[in-house]
Amino acid sequence: MNRSERTEQFTQKARAVSATVKTVATMDDALAYTVDVCAQKQACAILASGCEHALSDPAEELCGLKQWEKLIAAPNLEDRDTESLISLCRQAGIGLIEGGLAAYAGGIDVGLSLADFAISETGTLVINCPDEDLRLATMISEVHVAVLNSGDIYADSYDVADKLAGFFAKSDYTAFITGASRTADIERVLTLGVHGPLDLHVLIIDGQPSS
Amino acid sequence: MQTADNLGQYRKQLAEALENTFQRKALDNFAVAYRDGRDANFAGIDRDGLIENIGTAKDAAMSRLDELFRKFCQKAEAAGAKVHFAGSDVEANEIISQIAAENNCSRIVKSKSMTAEETLLNHFLENRGYEVIETDLGEWIIQLRGEGPSHMVMPAIHLSRNEVSRLFSEVTGKQQDTDIEKLVKVARRELRQRFVSADMGISGANFAIAETGTLGIVSNEGNVRLVTTMPRVHVALVGIDKLIPTVFEALQVLKGLPRNATGQAITSYVTWITGANPSAASGSGRKNMHIVFLDNGRSALAKDPVFSQALRCVRCGACANVCPIYRLVGGHAYGHIYIGAIGLILTYFFHGRDKDKNLIENCLNCQACKQVCVAGIDLPRLIREVHTMVEHGGKKPVLSSLAGFVLKRRPLFHALLRSGRYAQKPVTGNSPYMRHLPGVFFRDHEFKALPALAKKPFRDQWDPVPFSPARPEYRVALFSGCLQDFVYPEQLLSGLRLLAGGRIEVVFVRQQGCCGLPLYMLGEHEAAADLAAWNIGSMDPGDYDYILTFCASCGSHMKENYPHLLAKQPGTGVRAERFAEKVIDFSSFVMRMGLGEAKEARAEKTRAAYHAPCHLCRGMGVRNPPRRLLERAGYEYVAHGEEETCCGLGGTYSFKFPEISATILDKKMAAVAETGADILVTDCPGCVMQLRGGAQKQKRPFEVRHMAEAITGKKR
Repeated sequence: MNRSERTEQFTQKARAVSATVKTVATMDDALAYTVDVCAQKQACAILASGCEHALSDPAEELCGLKQWEKLIAAPNLEDRDTESLISLCRQAGIGLIEGGLAAYAGGIDVGLSLADFAISETGTLVINCPDEDLRLATMISEVHVAVLNSGDIYADSYDVADKLAGFFAKSDYTAFITGASRTADIERVLTLGVHGPLDLHVLIIDGQPSS
Repeated sequence: MQTADNLGQYRKQLAEALENTFQRKALDNFAVAYRDGRDANFAGIDRDGLIENIGTAKDAAMSRLDELFRKFCQKAEAAGAKVHFAGSDVEANEIISQIAAENNCSRIVKSKSMTAEETLLNHFLENRGYEVIETDLGEWIIQLRGEGPSHMVMPAIHLSRNEVSRLFSEVTGKQQDTDIEKLVKVARRELRQRFVSADMGISGANFAIAETGTLGIVSNEGNVRLVTTMPRVHVALVGIDKLIPTVFEALQVLKGLPRNATGQAITSYVTWITGANPSAASGSGRKNMHIVFLDNGRSALAKDPVFSQALRCVRCGACANVCPIYRLVGGHAYGHIYIGAIGLILTYFFHGRDKDKNLIENCLNCQACKQVCVAGIDLPRLIREVHTMVEHGGKKPVLSSLAGFVLKRRPLFHALLRSGRYAQKPVTGNSPYMRHLPGVFFRDHEFKALPALAKKPFRDQWDPVPFSPARPEYRVALFSGCLQDFVYPEQLLSGLRLLAGGRIEVVFVRQQGCCGLPLYMLGEHEAAADLAAWNIGSMDPGDYDYILTFCASCGSHMKENYPHLLAKQPGTGVRAERFAEKVIDFSSFVMRMGLGEAKEARAEKTRAAYHAPCHLCRGMGVRNPPRRLLERAGYEYVAHGEEETCCGLGGTYSFKFPEISATILDKKMAAVAETGADILVTDCPGCVMQLRGGAQKQKRPFEVRHMAEAITGKKR
C-alpha cells in the first residue's frame, strides 16, 4: 500500500469506530480546527457527560471543581504552536492548560495531542505518553483531537513492532487509541464516552515529510 | 459462581437459570449476533493461519516460562518496577495487601482482571478494611450487586437496564432514568471521583513482554488508563501464562483477541506500560509500580503433556459465546470463576475437583468451542480428560463402572441388547417408540419419544452377496455402530441399497464392537482405548480403502480420538492413525462415489432442512457434501440459522441434564419449522433419535430422516 492508500484505509477504519477524520493542510489549520470544536461545543453538561444528572454528593463536588469556562489542554505542542494556540484561545474566550492536568479531573473540554504514528489496518493512533499530562489530556478530556502526519501511517501493527520495542527500552507508557471510549456493558448497547473521551477527532496533515 | 454440592442441586440451579427470561433472551440474541458477525470480523485475515500461529507462539512461550520470567524481572526492575512472584492465590492477595499497607493506601480503584477474580482479591482486601472499587462499568455493577461476572468479557450481560437503574438509584440516593446512555454517564461521573481520591490502582494484564519488561492491557472503556495513571501506586496482577518473548507475539494475539471476543478489529485502547512512569500524585514524582506474577498451578500445567495447551487461553470468552449450554443458562450456572469451556478445565486446576465436579458433567461435546478458539485449544478433548480425572479422583459412579464392564465384553453387550427387546415390550406396546419410560432410569425425560429396539438387529439381516463384486474397485469395511445395528438397522439397509450390485465391495466384520464413544464420554478412557484397539484389530486399515460409517459420532470418535487414546501404546498409535485416515461418513462417501442422483426431475420438490451433526460438521470437518447430496437427490434444500447448533443429545448428556437437552431441542424444532420444511435430514442416528423424538412429541409437521433413508426412500 502506498501513502494515500494507507491514509484512505486509516480514514475508513477510524470512521467505522465513530471517529471524525479530517485532512488539514498545516498545523495552524489544526489549531484553528481545535479551537473551533471547543467554541462550538457547549460546556460539558450539554455533551451529556453526566453533569446534568442527579449524582451523589461527592460526585457533584468534583463537577464543582471545574471552572465554568471552556478549557483546552495541549501539553505536547511545539513552543511556536503553543503561542499560536494561546492567541486563538484568547480570542475565543477559552482557557488553555499546558500542565498540571491531574487537577482538572472534573473535565476538560478538548485535549489536543500529536500522535506519533498510526496503523491503518485498524484505524489506530499510537501515542507515546510517558509524560503524565499528555496521557491525561487524552483520557479526561471530553473531546480528544489528535494530529497525525500522513507520512506516519503504517499499514499493519507488525510494521511498528520495532518502533514500539524502541519506546519500551526504558520506562514508558504508550497508548493505542482507536475511536472514542466505549462500553456495551448494559444490554450490549454500544455507548460512547464511558470513562475516556466521548469523541475522537483525527486531523491528518497531508504532504508533510514523515517526522 | 456455581457452588452446588451435588448434581441434584446443580440441576436445580440450572432449572432456575432456565427460568430467567431476561437472561435467556439476552444470551440468545447475543449468540445469534455473534455467530452471524464472526466471519465478517475476520474479513481480510487468514483466520486459520492466525489461530495456528497464536497456538504455536503461546506453546513456545509456555515451554520457557522460567527464562521469560527472569528476563521480564530484569527489564521491568531496571525500568523502576518491583516484580513479585506469588505461588498461590492467597500469597498473591497477601503480597498486594502488604503493598497497600506499606504505602499507606486505603482507597483502591481496580480495572478488570480475571486473575484477580481467580484469587478473590476484592474479598480479601475488603476483609482487611480497604475500599476497593471496580471501575469497569460491568464489573462495578456486579460488584455493587455482590455477584461474580457471568461472562469473561461482558460481566453484566445477565442484567437489564431496569435492574441497573434501580441499582444506581440506590447507590446515588437519587432516582435514575432507565435510558442506557444516561446510566453510563452517571457511572462516568460517579467513578471519576473514585479515580481522583484513590491512592492505589490495581489492574490485570493481557501481555507480559519479557524482552522489555512491558505490560500490555486491552480495554474499551478507558478505565485501565485512569487506574494506571491517577493513583500514586499501581499494582498489576498477572498470571505467568501471560509471559511472551517480544512485542511481536503480543501484536499477534492482538489481531485475534478483540475480533474473537467482541467482533472489534481492535479494542478502543491498548495500554503498554514499562516500569515506573512519571506520576504527579507520587511524592517521588515516579509511580510506585508493582507487578505480581501469579502461578497458582500454571507452571505445573505448562509442563503437562496434554493440558499445557490450556495456558494458550487469551480470555476472549468466545468458547462461551458459541456454547449451546451457556446460551441457555449463562455464566453463573456455567462456571465457577472462569466461564465457558475453558472454565470447565481451569476450574479443576485453579479451584479444585470439588468446584468442578458438577460443571464438568455439563458438556455436550458438540465441539463448537474448539472451532471458535482463537488459540486453537482442543477444548472438548481437555474437558474429557478433566472429566476422567474428576471421575477417578473420587468415588466412581456405578453407571461408568457398569458401562465399562459391559461395553468391553462384546458378546455380553450384544446379548444384553438382544434381550432388551423382549424386556421393552411392556413399555412400547409394539410401537416403534417406548410409551412409558421406566421411571427409575429416565426421570424427566418425557420431552422426547425414545425409540424401541429393532425386531431384528442389522447383524442378523446382513447379506454379503449383493456387495461382493468379482472385481471390486473399492473395498469398504462397514462400521455399523450400536445404534444403527440394534435400533435403526433400516438406516443401514436403505443406504446400502445404493451400493449393491456395483463396483464396491462392502465387508461387514461381525466381531466389531461399540466404537467406545459412550465410555470416553463417561471418563472411562482405558476401556475406550481397549475397544479402539479391538476394532482396529478387527478391521485392519491395510485391508480396506474406506471404513464407512453412517454414524457421525462413531466416525468422529474413530477419526479424532482413536489416535489420542492409542498414542501411548507403541505401534498401535500408528495403526490408529492409518485407521482414522480411512474413516469416512455416509454423505461424503456417496458424493465421492458419484452416487445418489435423483432418477427423475420432479415438478414440485420436497423441501428438506438439514441438521448438521456436531460430530460431522466440526468433528469430521464435513460441511458441504450432505447439502450438495440433498440437492443431487432432488430435494429443495432449505437453510436455517441453527443448522450447526447441537441437537441437545450429547450421548448420555440428555439423560443427565434433560431440561437443558429439551430446551436446546425446542430451539432446533422451532428453527426447522420456520423453514416450512417437509423433512429434516441428518447424518447421525443419535441426532435422529433426539430430533425424531422431539418432532413426534411436539407433533411437528416434518419427518426426521437419516440421509441414507432420505436419498433412497420415497419422496413425500
